[in-house]
Order: sequence, then C-alpha cells, then structure tokens
Amino acid sequence: MFILDSMRSIVRTLDRGLLRDIALVSLAIGVVGISYGATAVAAGFPLWLPAILGLLVLAAGSEFLFIGIIAAGGSPIAAVVAGLAVNARHLPFGLALPDVLGRGWRRLLGTHLMNDESVVFALSQEEPARKRAAYWACGIGILICWPLGAVTGGLAGALIDDTGALGLDAMFPAVLLALVLPALRDRDKRHAALAGVVIALAATPFLPAGLPVLLSLAGLALIATRAEASR
Amino acid sequence: MNSPVVLVAAALVLAAGTFAFRLAGPLLRDRVTFPPRMERLMAAGAVVLLAALVATTTLTEEGGLAGVARVAGVAVAGVLAWRRAPFLVIVLSAAAVTAGLRLLGVP
Repeated sequence: MFILDSMRSIVRTLDRGLLRDIALVSLAIGVVGISYGATAVAAGFPLWLPAILGLLVLAAGSEFLFIGIIAAGGSPIAAVVAGLAVNARHLPFGLALPDVLGRGWRRLLGTHLMNDESVVFALSQEEPARKRAAYWACGIGILICWPLGAVTGGLAGALIDDTGALGLDAMFPAVLLALVLPALRDRDKRHAALAGVVIALAATPFLPAGLPVLLSLAGLALIATRAEASR
Repeated sequence: MNSPVVLVAAALVLAAGTFAFRLAGPLLRDRVTFPPRMERLMAAGAVVLLAALVATTTLTEEGGLAGVARVAGVAVAGVLAWRRAPFLVIVLSAAAVTAGLRLLGVP
C-alpha cells in the first residue's frame, strides 16, 4: 500500500507529457533488455544470469561488458573489474544528485535506482518535488523494463534481431543530450563539459571502457580555477 | 563455461560494488557539509559526465570510431534539442534517422 501511495503521488506530481517521455525511455530500455537477454542465452549462459544481473546490478553497459568478457573466455574477475570501472561514475552522480532519495528503506531502493537516465531526468526538472518524482518514475520504469526485457529475450531468443537496425544506439545518447542541453546554457558548465568531452574522446582509444568518461571530470579544473580567480 | 557458483559470486560482487558506488555519494553528502563552491563543482560534475557519455557513446565504438549512421542520428537530435523541439520528437528522430540510414546501407 505504501508503494502504491508513493506511485500515486509520483503520478500526481508529473504531468502527462513527462510521464510519456519517461515511459518511452523505459520501453526503449526494455527493448535493449530483450536483445541483452537473447545475447546472453545465445552465448550459453543460463537464463537466471541476465535476470539477476538486470535486477541487482541494474546498469546496462556494465552487464553487457560482464557477459561479453566471460563469453569471450575472460575470467570472471576481469569481468567484475571491467563492470565496476563502467559503474564508478555513479559515485560522482550521487554527489551531484539533489535530495531525491527519501528516507528509511525507500532511500535504499532510491539509491539502487540511480542510473544515467534517472539522474538526467531529475536534473532536467526545476522544482524539488518534480525532480524527486521524475527520478523515481524513471528509476522504477527501468527497474521493471530492463530485467523483464532480459528475461523475455532469454526465453524467446532474438525477437529483435538487431537493435542497431532500429537505431536504438542513437536513441540513448539523444535522450541524455536532450535532457542535459538546457544545463549547458550556463557558461561555466558548458566550458567544463566541452573540456570533459575532449578529454574523454582523447582517452577512449587508450583506456578500458568507463575510465574515459570518469576522466572527463578533469574538465572541472577549468571552472574550479575560475571560481578561485573571481574571489 | 564457468560453474554456476562462480557466475553467481561474480554477479553478486558486481552488484554489491555498483551499489557501493551509488551509495557513496549520498552518504558523503549526509555526513559532510561542502562549501558552496564545492557544491557548484559537484553539480557541474554530473553535467560533465553526461556530456562525456553522450560524446563517447555517439562517436566511439569499442575504442574506435563509430559509424556515420549513429553520429548523424544524434546530430539531428542535437539540432532539434537546441531548437527546443519536444523530447519525443528529438528522441524518435535520432532513432529514425539512424535506422533509415542503415536501411540505405550506411554503416
């Protein structure tokens, strides 16, 4: 009942347009989940592996990497390390996240719901109540769609042969871009982000997945010294 | 193939480590009061990370350059977002442009 009440208050706080946007993103993640589950089972993994990864890790990029490394004959330890490198960005995300997590047991669930999309939906809203509602709606949408997609794909096989043919790989950067662009109207953030982008792109050929994105935080040095100078 | 026990253990370690990363930020914020300048930097940090994610997932693929189709789709999305088109239009255009180009044989 408590959960239902919370859901009702989320739905009340968000307008229909935003709920529809969040639903679209969740569904798209479900479709990628189908391809993820199918890939994992086709590679010889038992169905429960993508299911528990999807539910408990709940971070698509790291799970694809984890499955891919073990399927290619890599050690499970290498797969865990690679997955953790990709997921390390949740730490700075958590530092930036406004107060959206709530208290008590809800806080633990809220923490688990942290991902690129839920964070960017929260950042894209102005008022605290809407930030919180957008974060939770997106987080719960993904918590349902991603593991469900993975199980569906694992059971049904490759329903969707190639998510590339649907252009889904362009959709996720487009989601983040659309939601982060308003923040880039701020000069300091724009400069730091541009520097970070250059750093991450330059590092990509040389570093394992996840680390170039983390390294982009060095772009903050640009505005850290600026804030110092303006004192 | 690895034994189920090894797979479960690896999956649980990845899950626990990921949760620890997610938990660390909020825990630190509870216990430490950051000066306003630091707060501003941490807030900008999320924007920097998201921008870097957009750039790397758009332009690169397994350490090399990505195909033209995806780059074109995200570029169209960028222009639409800049002109404040509705979110649905932006996101579906990105997918449609990329899917369309691939249908035409563009990598």
